[in-house]
Parts: sequence; structure tokens; C-alpha cells
Amino acid sequence: MEIVLKDLTVKFPSRDRKKKEDVVAVDHFTFTVPDGKLIALLGPSGCGKSTTLNLISGLLVPTEGKIFFGKEDVTHLVPEHRGIGLVFQNYALYPHLTVRQNILFPLENRKGKDRLSKAEMNAKAEEVARLVQIDQLMDRRPGELSGGQQQRVAIARALVKEPKVLLLDEPLSNLDARLRLQTREEIRRIQRETGITTIFVTHDQDEAMSISDMIVVMKDGVVQQTGKPQEVYDSPANLFVAKFLGTPPINVFEGQLRDGGLYIGEERVLDVRGETLQSRSVWVGIRPEGFQLCPDGPLTCALNGVEVMGRDISVLSRSAASVNPTVRSIISTENRVDTSSPTVRFALRPDKVFLFDRESEDRLKFALADAGKMVSGEQPDDSQQTSLAGD
Amino acid sequence: MNMAKGRFGNLKGWLYLLPAVLFLGAFLVYPLIDVFIYSFEEGYNFTSQTYYGVGIYNYSYVLHDPYFLQAVKNTFILVIITVPVSTGLALSISVALHSIKRFRNLLQTIYFLPYVTNTLAVGLVFMILFKKTAYSDGMINLLINFFGGTSVDFIDGPYWAKMLVLCIYTIWVVMPFKILILTGALASVNEDYYKAARVDGTSKFRIFWKITLPMISPMIFYLVITGFIGAFKAYSDVVALFGTDLNAAEMNTIVGYVYDMLYGDSGGYPSYASAAAILLFVIILTITCINLLVSRKAQQ
Repeated sequence: MEIVLKDLTVKFPSRDRKKKEDVVAVDHFTFTVPDGKLIALLGPSGCGKSTTLNLISGLLVPTEGKIFFGKEDVTHLVPEHRGIGLVFQNYALYPHLTVRQNILFPLENRKGKDRLSKAEMNAKAEEVARLVQIDQLMDRRPGELSGGQQQRVAIARALVKEPKVLLLDEPLSNLDARLRLQTREEIRRIQRETGITTIFVTHDQDEAMSISDMIVVMKDGVVQQTGKPQEVYDSPANLFVAKFLGTPPINVFEGQLRDGGLYIGEERVLDVRGETLQSRSVWVGIRPEGFQLCPDGPLTCALNGVEVMGRDISVLSRSAASVNPTVRSIISTENRVDTSSPTVRFALRPDKVFLFDRESEDRLKFALADAGKMVSGEQPDDSQQTSLAGD
Repeated sequence: MNMAKGRFGNLKGWLYLLPAVLFLGAFLVYPLIDVFIYSFEEGYNFTSQTYYGVGIYNYSYVLHDPYFLQAVKNTFILVIITVPVSTGLALSISVALHSIKRFRNLLQTIYFLPYVTNTLAVGLVFMILFKKTAYSDGMINLLINFFGGTSVDFIDGPYWAKMLVLCIYTIWVVMPFKILILTGALASVNEDYYKAARVDGTSKFRIFWKITLPMISPMIFYLVITGFIGAFKAYSDVVALFGTDLNAAEMNTIVGYVYDMLYGDSGGYPSYASAAAILLFVIILTITCINLLVSRKAQQ
């Protein structure tokens, strides 16, 4: 089922009594969740992503704005009539009930003609337990299960009433690293098998990128960017999104645009295509994989060291123009880094370099090209790079 | 070190335990054993430290003493009425307190006040409420009169009236502590359980019975067990209400009987007192064991 969120705003009265203004937890959130997709709400803690989830679940009523499930306006509908399944960060499994009793609990709440017979309820519980692969554990109590198993029980309890929407609040944050990888695949599989519209909240961009159909990046209650994970990664709308997505994170430099080129320090690292530019200061974001070792490359950094990761090599260096103390670049293992040299020189891949306004930190869409090799219209990555701001 | 570990466990551990062991031994274990011995020594005399013989006559005497039987009856009535009523009331007040936001702290303080108030002061308040004097019939009687009833003498009158006052008094005195414990227990239940239940459309009634109650059941069992023990040991409350001549007032309790046998008007009978004390001990032990069994069953 499609979910339409329209101008959702939530304001809380400030805890600080001296401050009169309300705290805005969610600020004019507008987004349409397509039917049957897995959507991640991504952002740092306190960005309003859990609040948004609570709005969709109905546990919280928005100050302004509307929520539609399909055509139906559910803004003021109580949670139990919305047809949602909610999985909590700590799972909220009833510790005194067995797995079976936990899964049956939502079904036993039903009254009147909606109430199923004992046998039907049990059949449903068994079915959903098989789906999440906990059918062997039905008579255990939550305390006797591992974190991953509890997570599955929580999902089973949310799914047993056949909700139209499944909401997951930080579903993986209580699991250890290995289990997290496994469980996120599992969530993906369950979502695919049931085809249920699913929204999950996370602060972990890896999680969001790896399994979701679309991500919504939030900051301070405001949506920063929405889109398919790869699109958002390849074309961040602003410096925040660029910094938030990607591990290791993007490297940010102070740079200048002048004379048709991008300068970091005094080095002209890339050419900028387009009209003759006024000289201006920008933030330059370079993805770690955007660096290429090149003996006569335009960007010179002081070499700190090399970390061998197995699959690839991280070159740690520093530059006066870099915002971060260390510039981390990822190089394929075929390259050899001369660790005796005090400096390292890089060429940059234009499609991995993003420019942002110094003030607003919004993305500046200029077409970039290797310095000195600019041939108009022959850039292979044009599709993503040449779209100028405003079109 | 190894040898010490072999025979005595960890010698250091025992050393740490020593002060507590000494004090408990001197003031708890030794008297307990002593009382047990006294209870079989017939006609023991404090001053001469002599007794006639050894046997179960003391028990037989106590069990045939109408005052003791009255005390047992009073104690049991008190226990059976006050423990469930006070726990139930405390639970409903705690749930109500937990569900409100405004004035919660103020009300919590008010409900807790009786706990920090002196027993005898509370007794005085109850006197004003219930006692008939030359000047007034007491507040409650004024109320009864107002609604057209006839005055009842709650302090020196019929047995049921005195028992009623004692039960109300006991409930009133033990409730604050129970409310304190239960509001704490309710506050410690994770909100997410209630949110999960709400999303699943669980009725308020079912939330209470299926979630709240099981979650706080360990605390409830704790209160019931300590409540039983406390009520079986009732004495000072009774004295505060009815004075020291409890046998005459038909309001004696088992502990009161033990005290009377030791020091009261009929005092000077340590053997009978010991036998009664041992009987009380056996009663409390039995009830507590039953309580523990029931609570363990319920929590499985």
C-alpha cells in the first residue's frame, strides 16, 4: 500500500522553560512511500527519524500535515486501526510469555467477528513462524533466545496480523556485527516474500544502502534527500548527505573555482566546464575511491602511512586544505605506494568529486574533467555530472 | 592457601563474614535456640533458673488457653483481611497514580506520609476518629448519626467494631510502603511494552492482566509475603488502639500473648511465652513456604 506523508510537522514544547519556542522534531516532511517497497529513514540520532516512524504508526499525532494510507486519511486514526506492524528497537517481547504466546498476542486481542478460532490462530502463528524461521523455538521464552532470534520473533509478532505496513525502529542496532549482516539479508528476504510495504529507521548508512529500495536522509527534522541508495551516493544533494553516506567517509577540502578550473590550495586539480566563472570558494568532497595514485597527479598530499585492508589499500595522508586531519583514499592492491616518499600525488576521478557552496553547503553542479584533458562532450560520466544547477 | 580453601572454603571470605555472623549468632540464632529450649522446660523460673521437668506440657497449656486461642483467632482474622485488601488497594492506587501526570509527585508524597508518621500519633488520630469520650462520640459516629444511624463504640464496644477499626488501622499503616514499592515497579516497566500492545489493539483490561500484572508480579509476591509476616507479628498497632490490657478487650494477638506471658499482669511465665513464640514461628514459616511455592508456580 502506498503511504503519502504530506507536510508532516511535529513540535514539542521546549524542556528549557526559558526558551519559548517549540522544538521542531519533524519539519514539513513530504514523501510518498511506494507500494511494496523497503524504505530506510536514515539520519544521525535526534534527526526525527523515529518520530516520523511514530507518526506513521499513530503513536504520535502530527502538529501539522496529513498521512494517507492509500486513499485513506489516517492522520487522526488510532494505531490499532491503521493495520500496521511495529518492531521495536528492544523488540518489546513479553518476557513472561512463550514465543507462541507472544506471536498469538495480537490475534487474541481481536473481538467479535474478527476473532479467529483457536485452530486458525495457531495455524497463522505457525505460518509466520516458518516465514521467519523460528518454528523450532515456539515454546521457549524470549529470555532463552539469542538477540537475532528475538528479533525474528518480534517481526513474526508484527506480521501475524497481516499488516498493510511494517515499521521497524532501529531493527539491527541491538545485534552484533556479524548477526547484523545476516539479519539485514533476512529482513530483505521477508520483505520480498511478503511484498509488504516496509519502512525502517536506522542511523547506519551501510544498513540503509544495502537492503533498501529507497532511502530518505534526514537531518534536524528536515528531509535532505530521497532516492535510490546508489543515486543518493553518486549524487548527494548537499555536503551533509555526502558526508553521511559512505564508509570510509568522504574527504572534504577547501577549494576555489577560478579560471575554469578547480583549485585545492595552489594546485589545479580538475577543469571545470561551462561558462567562464567568477572566482569563488567552495567545499570539495572527494570520495575515498576518487583518488588515483599518479606520479605526476595534480593533488599533492603529505603521506602519513598505508593501511593494508586485504581487498584494497587505504592511503592516509594530510593536506593543509583538508577539513579532516587525515585524508583517506582507497586504492586497489595492484598499486604500490612508495612509503619512503614524504609526499604522495593523486589524480582525481571527476565523477567522485562533488562541489558544494561554502555558505549553504548545497551541491553545485558543475561539470568536472581531468585537468588539461578537457574535450567538450566526451566525458563518459556526463549523465551524472553535467546537469547544471537549476535544471 | 589451597588447604584453607579445601576445608573452609575461602578463609578470607569467612573473615569478612565474621562480624555479621557474630552479631546474628548472638542476637538471633542463640535466642532462637534458647527459646526453643525454654519451650520444653516446664515451669522455668527466671530468678532461680530452675525448672521441674522436660516435656510438651507448655504447648499443651498454651493450646488450651482460651486467651491464646482468642489471640490466634484475632491474628488470623487480621492477616486474612488486611493483607489482600491492603495489597489490592495499594495496587489500584499505584496504577491510578501511574496513569496521571499532574500532581503525581504531590499525591505520592501524601500517600507516603503515614509511613513516616509515628504509630502512636496515628493511634491518636484514630482515637479522635473512633473513640467515644465524655465530650464526643468520635468523628465516625458523628457521620453515622448524620446519616441516621446509631452510635457504635468502636474502642470498647462489640468485637466486630473493634476488629473493624484494627483492620482499617493496619491497612492504613501498611499501605504507604506498598504504594511506594508498586509505583516504583510500575515505573520500571518499559513503555515499549505498552506501545506494542497499543499498536496491536490490546484492551486496557487485557493490558493490565496480561502485561502489567505479570511484569510487576515479583514485587506483588514480595509485598504479600512480607505483608503476611508483618500482620502475624502485629502488636504495637493493637496497643496503640486498645491499650495494654488486650486480653480483657478480647483484642490480643499472638505476639501480645507472648509479651503478656513474659511481662504483663499475668507475667512471669517464660516457658508458656516460649511455646507460644515457637508456635507463631511455625505458623509464619508454614505460611511463607506456601507463599513461596505459589509464587514460584505462578511465575513459571
